[in-house]
Amino acid sequence: MKGAAVKPRRQQLTSAAGEADLVRRLQAGDEDAFAALVARHHPSMVRLARGYVRSNAVAEEVAQEAWLGLLRGIERFESRSSLRTWLLRIVVNRAISTGIRERVHLPVSDRDLEDESGRFSQDGWWTTQPEHWADEALDRMVAPQLAARVREFIGELPESQQAVVTLRDVEGLPSAQVCSILGISEGNQRVLLHRARTRLRSRLEQEVNQ
Amino acid sequence: MRSLWMRWPGWFRSQPIDGHAITCRQVVSLVTSYLDGELTRSEHELFEAHLAECEGCTEHLHQIKVTVALTGQLRDEDLEPQVREELMGLYRRWSRDSHA
Repeated sequence: MKGAAVKPRRQQLTSAAGEADLVRRLQAGDEDAFAALVARHHPSMVRLARGYVRSNAVAEEVAQEAWLGLLRGIERFESRSSLRTWLLRIVVNRAISTGIRERVHLPVSDRDLEDESGRFSQDGWWTTQPEHWADEALDRMVAPQLAARVREFIGELPESQQAVVTLRDVEGLPSAQVCSILGISEGNQRVLLHRARTRLRSRLEQEVNQ
Repeated sequence: MRSLWMRWPGWFRSQPIDGHAITCRQVVSLVTSYLDGELTRSEHELFEAHLAECEGCTEHLHQIKVTVALTGQLRDEDLEPQVREELMGLYRRWSRDSHA
């Protein structure tokens, strides 16, 4: 990527072997193992829940319920399945079942998303060439304000798009795992991701060009 | 297209690929599949041939990559000490109740 001045992503914390060991220690009643698992997974769980519920407080409650569900079933939990996938799937189910999300996202038509507000001629070529703002956005990302705005832009998306873009682009999970957590097809996942990224790109452009 | 490719791969490889064989709108609609490595071989070659000739689509792809990179920065949020304490309280209550 040209001009990619972003800091490298934090290394994926979840090594399968380490995780299996933590699960075994938790099954043996080791409190430190629970603390380690919480540090690994809780922020991701809250971010995912946030797309379905009306506030951070409710997202925290949903994630806590998932932890309680894990503790209650920990003796039966089999380490060969991915704990992360299991936890995130529980979060999605619980967040949906609470059914208390206020519909705060902006209504955006499919046509608006796919055609990006008439950026193309009828023949399919650019009517106006894209402006160059991406490198400036990268430079500004070190400022916490832009990170906060990106979080807000994600919050404006329909919940299905929020879930996919949070798991794919915030958490960095592969598409197969995202499909498993959300119970959707590969094709559906890609459509939702495409729409989410399209919308976020457009909102970032507006933000940087203000 | 794919079946022709399979029958005469050498002929296809010898032909210069026309970057205008697909439109900018088509390129934009295929960006996510391209980044996921899910395009067919012929789609991939058409996509890249178009990029080589189209500054607008190259810029759009760059913007999408930057969008993904900026979104990924949100992952660096850490657990707040207060939240951690609440969860450890949850664990201790569960541990006490389950052993009562």
